[in-house]
Amino acid sequence: MSKVIVVTSGKGGVGKTTSTASLGAALAQGGRRVCVVDFDVGLRNLDLVMGAERRVVFDFINVAQGDAKLAQALIRDKRIDTLHLLAASQTRDKDALTTEGVERVIGELRGSFDYVLCDSPAGIERGALLAMRFADQAIVVANPEVSSVRDSDRIIGLLDSKTLRAERGEQMNKQLLLTRFDPARSNSGEMLGIDDVLEILSIPLLGVIPESKEILRASNIGAPVTMNASISRAGLAYLEAARRLAGETVPIAIPDQKKTLFTRLFGRRAA
Amino acid sequence: MSLFGFLKSRSSAPVARERLQILLAHERVALGPRDLVTILRDDLLATIARHIEFDPEKLSVKMDRGGAMSTLEIEVEIPSDKVGVGETRIAPPTQASAA
Repeated sequence: MSKVIVVTSGKGGVGKTTSTASLGAALAQGGRRVCVVDFDVGLRNLDLVMGAERRVVFDFINVAQGDAKLAQALIRDKRIDTLHLLAASQTRDKDALTTEGVERVIGELRGSFDYVLCDSPAGIERGALLAMRFADQAIVVANPEVSSVRDSDRIIGLLDSKTLRAERGEQMNKQLLLTRFDPARSNSGEMLGIDDVLEILSIPLLGVIPESKEILRASNIGAPVTMNASISRAGLAYLEAARRLAGETVPIAIPDQKKTLFTRLFGRRAA
Repeated sequence: MSLFGFLKSRSSAPVARERLQILLAHERVALGPRDLVTILRDDLLATIARHIEFDPEKLSVKMDRGGAMSTLEIEVEIPSDKVGVGETRIAPPTQASAA
């Protein structure tokens, strides 16, 4: 059965696009058919993070408006052949997407993919509401930082009221993905802890992604961390989060200052 | 810069946590109140799950707001092997005067 998952946050720059690309690649590595969809019309970046920026011919809006077929707009990843990208339009107005158009395209995607990951634009306006509108479940990306947590709380409220599922009186499954987490700073009381954020937002935890240099490297070369440097802590954390997303029970290895699961497994090399 | 200033700046997380808790308690009421229906659904899920094994997806909670009276409709589908009947309506659509 096909699952449509929105990756959202309210605040910009917390890692929605990185997370969409990393989770999408991780899910597709297991042979699942995955499509990552960029909803950020006018400011598309998922294509760049996926390393497909020069292959975009038709985009989401072309398909939504009936100017191109879905098959023409889908970009198949060159490294993982069950991974596809539907890019946002870079030149069009952000109001060019209509609710009906989005509904039709999502419906078509459901027919061809096991997972459809919708990369939401920042904010709480039209684009963000459209990205969450037809989703079955949501990943709320947050940093352990006050403005991000506040905005996530706002987004959770919208997921519970503005989505089709919510309007139908159905349950909207929401999970937290805590990114850019620095265990050392959290332990020393400089940064909100995982428990603090969980208690404030009161939604279940999908994963904790530690702050990592590999993330920048991955976007520099256009290959999600789960594809290339999957040995990095961030890559491992995304791989595990993807397994949880797929329904596996994987204990959450909370990054710890003293001993992380990673250091336990790989010893000194982790330092 | 005193030694105490240094210590103070180290543990700012508890301050962040407290500020957020106070702020969000206000904003949840003022801005996007968590929908009453959502709160009810979560509570119902927990209550029903304590007694019957069922798929949370099969719980539907709807509220129709009317002028003088609103109706709350709760529908739960339970697999037949759990209770012996196809679909069980826990209760007929309950009339509730919701504010």
